[in-house]
Amino acid sequence: MIELENIAYSYGGRALFHDVSLTLGPGSFHILTGASGTGKTTLLRLCYGDLTPTGGTVRLFGRDLAGMERDRLALSRRRIGVVHQEARFLDHLPLRDNVALPLAMADRLGGEEEAQLGDLLAWVGLTGQIDQRPPELSGGERQRAALARAVIMSPEIVLADEPTGNIDWEMSERLLQLLIELNRSGKAVLIATHDLALIRQAKSAVDARVLRLKDGQLEMAGAAL
Amino acid sequence: MKALLAQAAAFLKGDPQADRIVPPSGFTARLTILSAAAMAFLAVFALALSLSMGRLAADWAGELEGTATLRLPDAEAAETALALLQATPGIAQARLIPPEEQQALLAPWFGPDLPLDDLPLPTLIEITEDGADLAGLRARLAGELPEAILDTHDAWRGPLVAAADRLRLLGWICLTLIAGVTVAIITLAVRTSLAANNQVIGVLRLVGARDVTIARAFVRRFTLRALLGAASGTVLGCTAILLLPAGDAVLPGLGFRGAGWLLPLLIPILAALAAFAATRAAALSVLKEMT
Repeated sequence: MIELENIAYSYGGRALFHDVSLTLGPGSFHILTGASGTGKTTLLRLCYGDLTPTGGTVRLFGRDLAGMERDRLALSRRRIGVVHQEARFLDHLPLRDNVALPLAMADRLGGEEEAQLGDLLAWVGLTGQIDQRPPELSGGERQRAALARAVIMSPEIVLADEPTGNIDWEMSERLLQLLIELNRSGKAVLIATHDLALIRQAKSAVDARVLRLKDGQLEMAGAAL
Repeated sequence: MKALLAQAAAFLKGDPQADRIVPPSGFTARLTILSAAAMAFLAVFALALSLSMGRLAADWAGELEGTATLRLPDAEAAETALALLQATPGIAQARLIPPEEQQALLAPWFGPDLPLDDLPLPTLIEITEDGADLAGLRARLAGELPEAILDTHDAWRGPLVAAADRLRLLGWICLTLIAGVTVAIITLAVRTSLAANNQVIGVLRLVGARDVTIARAFVRRFTLRALLGAASGTVLGCTAILLLPAGDAVLPGLGFRGAGWLLPLLIPILAALAAFAATRAAALSVLKEMT
């Protein structure tokens, strides 16, 4: 579904990584780790076409990102749910509208997905915050709201960048459980994190493939963790 | 046409979702409304100038067209001149202007106290022609009355008509410049608004919003602001035109006549159309740059 083939990326004259290949297939669970500044977030952004690689090929759902029409890229993004460490929202809209935003952008409001909005908010434990605006939410609530927004379109892939970075352990565990549930329902999951406890817990629950970005290369790190 | 009207109605009705995704921003809203109002106010005057000058040029050209004046050194030559004129094909009328009528014409220039009776006034014959050969007439006059001067008014009428035509052109140039400045200001406001909403756009793209969807939120907002501002400016401009002093036959006042008053109604509509096109182009261009 998402294929990175011999990807290189340079920023400000500095080669962040090169010759990186990664395939996120249906039902796969990947954990991407590495020290700060190695390019985890960049690799994640390359996965959903937010950045263009300086070398190699990115394919989203079988189509080459290079030369992809902007509308097609937008449509591809609807099939990918993204959760960022700094979950960003439209601060002037209540939580309900923020979570339903992907539906609004796809002209699918009023459909089956919107009817499930209540269930989705209950799933992430935010039923009581439905009318609150994002600035009124805690860090953990924002992360769970971002997860709810990421999955409301039933995406085939969920990308999470340091999803537990700003929240306590209890909330991290809960968020991981939600991601594991999504994976068990057939969705591909990629988590970028340097949280060792989270990695170990994920490995114990699912068949997670752990990858490490080091010296500009992507290597398997499962055995060491 | 029906489809176009349906689209316009849908546009005016708006898309609640698209309208809500961008937070209201005070600065660009005020900038757009005020600049559209100011430009519409100026556009009303430019339009009035252009129309008034058009009328003036037509009046000057029309009123004196087909007339000429024959100036004679003394009254004795009048009889010969009138006979010659009456025998000339295409001369509809030749009328000797009596001295008292000449004095009445001069009184506004010299004042009522000047003894006009003492002034050596020429003898004038007012000619109304309808396709006469004026060059031939001039040649015959040169032979029979060499001191007579045939004035077809071209010497002063031509420059006046040309001046009025240029003023009318100036009015249209002003309108074009006003339209250009309006588009430039709206484009600037849209770009400012998009830059201020960079984070919002990032979120929208993250969830798969198409550029045209994001642009739509800005286009409707800026178009309606331009329409509101331009309508206000037009009303103020028309009110100011109404309050201007009325003109006279020689120099008519600036303003509209009859159905001409409907023309300013086009200003808000054209401003809204210009805003629509400018906003859409600017938004799509900026969104493309934001890749």
